[in-house]
Amino acid sequence: MNSALTGYAFFGGLLAYGVGAIAGLLASGKPRLARALCCSFALLGGLLEIGACGLSLLGSVGTHWDISAGVPFLVYGFRLDALSTYFNLILSVLATAVSTYSLGYLRSLGETKPAGLLGFFYNLLLLSLTAVFTASNAFFFLIAWEVMALASYCLISYEHRHQATRRAGILYFVMSHAGTCCLWVGFLLLTSRAGRLDFASFATVAASLTGPWQVAIFLFFFAGFGVKSGIIPLHIWLPEAHPVAPSNISALMSGIVIKTGIYGMARVFFEFLGVPPLWAGMLVLIVGVVSALLGVLYALMEHDLKRLLAYHSIENIGIILIGFGAALMFISLNQPRLAAIALIAGLYHTMNHAIFKCLLFLGAGSVVNAAKTRNMEEMGGLIRRMPQTALGFLIGAIAISGLPPLNGFVSEWLTYQALLAGFSTTEPLTRILFPLAGALLALTAALAATCFVKAFGITFLALPRSESAEHAQESGLSMLTGMVVLALACVVLGLGATLFLPVFDGITGSLLGTRISGDLIAAGGLALTSGSIRGGTVSPAGIAALFVIVSVFPSLLWLIWGRKTKRSVGPTWDCGLPGLTAENEYTAFAFSKPLRMIFAALYQPQREIEAEYEVSPYYPKAIRFESEIEPTFEKRLYDPIREFILAIANRMRTIQAGSIHAYLAYIFVTLIVLLLWGVRS
Amino acid sequence: MRSLVVPALIQFLLFLLIAPLVTGILRTMKARLQTRRGPAIWQPYRDLHKLLRKGMVIPDTASWLFSATPYVVFLTAAIVGLMIPMVVTVAPLSLFGGVLAVVYLLALGRFFMALGGLDAGTPFGGLGSSREMTISAIAEPALMLAIFTVAVSANSTNLTDMAKFAVSQNWRFLAPSQILAFGALFIVLIAETGRIPVDNPATHLELTMIHEAMVLEYSGPYLALIEWGASLKQLVLMTLLVNTFFPFGLSRDWTALGVTAGMGFYLIKLLLLCCFIALVETTNAKMRLFRVPELLAVAFILGALALISTFVF
Repeated sequence: MNSALTGYAFFGGLLAYGVGAIAGLLASGKPRLARALCCSFALLGGLLEIGACGLSLLGSVGTHWDISAGVPFLVYGFRLDALSTYFNLILSVLATAVSTYSLGYLRSLGETKPAGLLGFFYNLLLLSLTAVFTASNAFFFLIAWEVMALASYCLISYEHRHQATRRAGILYFVMSHAGTCCLWVGFLLLTSRAGRLDFASFATVAASLTGPWQVAIFLFFFAGFGVKSGIIPLHIWLPEAHPVAPSNISALMSGIVIKTGIYGMARVFFEFLGVPPLWAGMLVLIVGVVSALLGVLYALMEHDLKRLLAYHSIENIGIILIGFGAALMFISLNQPRLAAIALIAGLYHTMNHAIFKCLLFLGAGSVVNAAKTRNMEEMGGLIRRMPQTALGFLIGAIAISGLPPLNGFVSEWLTYQALLAGFSTTEPLTRILFPLAGALLALTAALAATCFVKAFGITFLALPRSESAEHAQESGLSMLTGMVVLALACVVLGLGATLFLPVFDGITGSLLGTRISGDLIAAGGLALTSGSIRGGTVSPAGIAALFVIVSVFPSLLWLIWGRKTKRSVGPTWDCGLPGLTAENEYTAFAFSKPLRMIFAALYQPQREIEAEYEVSPYYPKAIRFESEIEPTFEKRLYDPIREFILAIANRMRTIQAGSIHAYLAYIFVTLIVLLLWGVRS
Repeated sequence: MRSLVVPALIQFLLFLLIAPLVTGILRTMKARLQTRRGPAIWQPYRDLHKLLRKGMVIPDTASWLFSATPYVVFLTAAIVGLMIPMVVTVAPLSLFGGVLAVVYLLALGRFFMALGGLDAGTPFGGLGSSREMTISAIAEPALMLAIFTVAVSANSTNLTDMAKFAVSQNWRFLAPSQILAFGALFIVLIAETGRIPVDNPATHLELTMIHEAMVLEYSGPYLALIEWGASLKQLVLMTLLVNTFFPFGLSRDWTALGVTAGMGFYLIKLLLLCCFIALVETTNAKMRLFRVPELLAVAFILGALALISTFVF
């Protein structure tokens, strides 16, 4: 009964996405109708999928449906096992919030843009994402993966009249397909071992994987899924592509599309790979640390609000991979309980990052809409003009900085505990890696807090820095509702962490064979522990309660003295000059100056100052200032690769004559050769 | 329940009362070392009392965040005070958070303080916020390594367990790892509490200021809360330092006798640490801002060496 109901909800959700997509195409002539239909169907789909995931968690975990296509190797297999359910749950929560937000957001984009087309690709993206997370057949998985890549390419290129957008779209397209290529190889390697294409048979041969096979499979999947999730150095498309899309799409891209890479890694590393060598875990851990640290360092230098958020996605993917890497190392060291803690830390952070990053992107979308610019230096003072949006963004900023008592803190705390446990249980040479990773994670978190003081402070506080920021207006009800849902989720996942942890039991149970959520909860659900009460405890709910209780004391002070004090509003101190204007304010550029100087070796900042003066250089009439940091990876790594490819392409132009006949001949010859090859072996 | 609330209340009040005193003692010690008479050690209490009764001016550019900041700064420091062992090894609310929660709660206070600095819209506020966040960020890895060193020996991040372990091995501070970790944490303490050579707590309206620049627009009761919060934070970090490395005299349980004796030991230890800080402050000149990262790099290396020596020695 339960599993039948799960099926109805699951396929109902898929159907709703599908209908939403088609409705968008059909109604593309009438933007208002298209908007309403696409968003409502996507919302309905999201709600139904939440229902399906809820039912699955309540007991029907592992339900699967196979629809054979009549071709031997292609089966449209859907499976809601614990891991798929978890990722589908994240997706559907975001889909619900973003669809609500989009109702108002798409209206504010104006009537000139093709809303129907956007709605079509939006629903198609949701549909293909659901399929990616639930596919149980490698071939079907790759089809869904490709549809997802193409749908997101079209969404990124939505505002294709700008050249930057087109370039970003192409970059995404190329990188994404290079990644998919690695995935193909990985799956073919797995298939050649398992003899079949379904995930269940991959899992059964996992134990027999050893040596070079295992290494090759690990590396191809790590690279393939790594491109999608934006690990450094495969990240260069991410900060280009995410900001140029419409903001509701950016929210989905950073929130969940990059998590498909994380899902793939979780699936392959923990289910198909058997016991990996120790260095594999170390590699993932190191890549995680580097991505986290460099991600946040590059984010600090950004003054484009959406690019800044995109770089933070790289940082958070890094934090997730720290958890995954530690988990892999624990598997090699035969410590399943610790592996479970590390895996839970990574997966919890996946959920948390999806939610607060989506919230931040939606907030940024409202702000960009209101201030008509993505440049933080032209914003300011928005907390008075858009109070609700500001509060939502602030909650997201606190959460992403990993500050208690919100959800980001919980997953970072679990990550620290996993790393600390790693130090006590491993061999001397590998053990030093854990605390170093912990120290750099601490640096990352502190830099993230710095970055969000900048992002929030410059965008929302003090005086407006431009005309359009001065006349900004609060966004409409549907946009605010979408943000409220996510802000509440940040609070609930933080304070109610102990209630949420049992969700992971199914995942760790099936992947690692241990269910440890009981050990992570102490004091009757009040506190989290690190696997045992002696290892360390924390209680986000308790901390929140303490804030309320302890605030009695300042209230007492206020009752005794504060009430009677005079409270007046006056001008800010302006150093004796007449009146403080927005030009006196600290800028985002100045805010990050100390870090630019401290990490100059990384940034290689270059600046150029030109001053015009008449009498004395001390009284310039006008100053022109330009500063830029070196895009290291683009310049050092990708430029040579690009030139190499272009050189080869130049050579190959000789066989690309532009004649269809010649091309047909090529295809024909290739086919014959391949067939002969097939017959021979 | 009673066994939880009474110690929590006692420790809360002790922290609140002692924090301004420590600030006063430090000022007096510094003054004497500079052959000045200096204010009485009770001066911070008088200042707080005066500020609480004074009127205040809110900048017209500020938002609600400006008013929320003093409360958050004060509350985070006060809550942290309940999580660390002060005179008894059993911290009243150590179940609610260990050393990681302490670090992150202080970071929450700093986050709001920096936003409060930006909210007024003066360039000084932004300058202070930027520097404060930068310096604390690069102090963080050293802090974490030192914490890991201690936590690894105690096999816990829970401060009560760490204190119990420390008490069982009173002379452990002589171990190389502990000496190195102490060095790292001491440098972090100097940086986090804004003391010379990183920041000058006595400065006002100089372009080198950090903490003072952020609070420039605050006045009256709000300023009182911020100042009290800052001295609480300073006391919390000092307590962490003295009790983790020199656990002498920590009482084992919350009895009247134990608390009184523990209090005596605690005050002596604090006084010694104050002497040390005052000496460091008097004998050093303030560093240029961009020399500070080098100092903190030293702390980081000390922390890393401390960690390595836990399994070498």
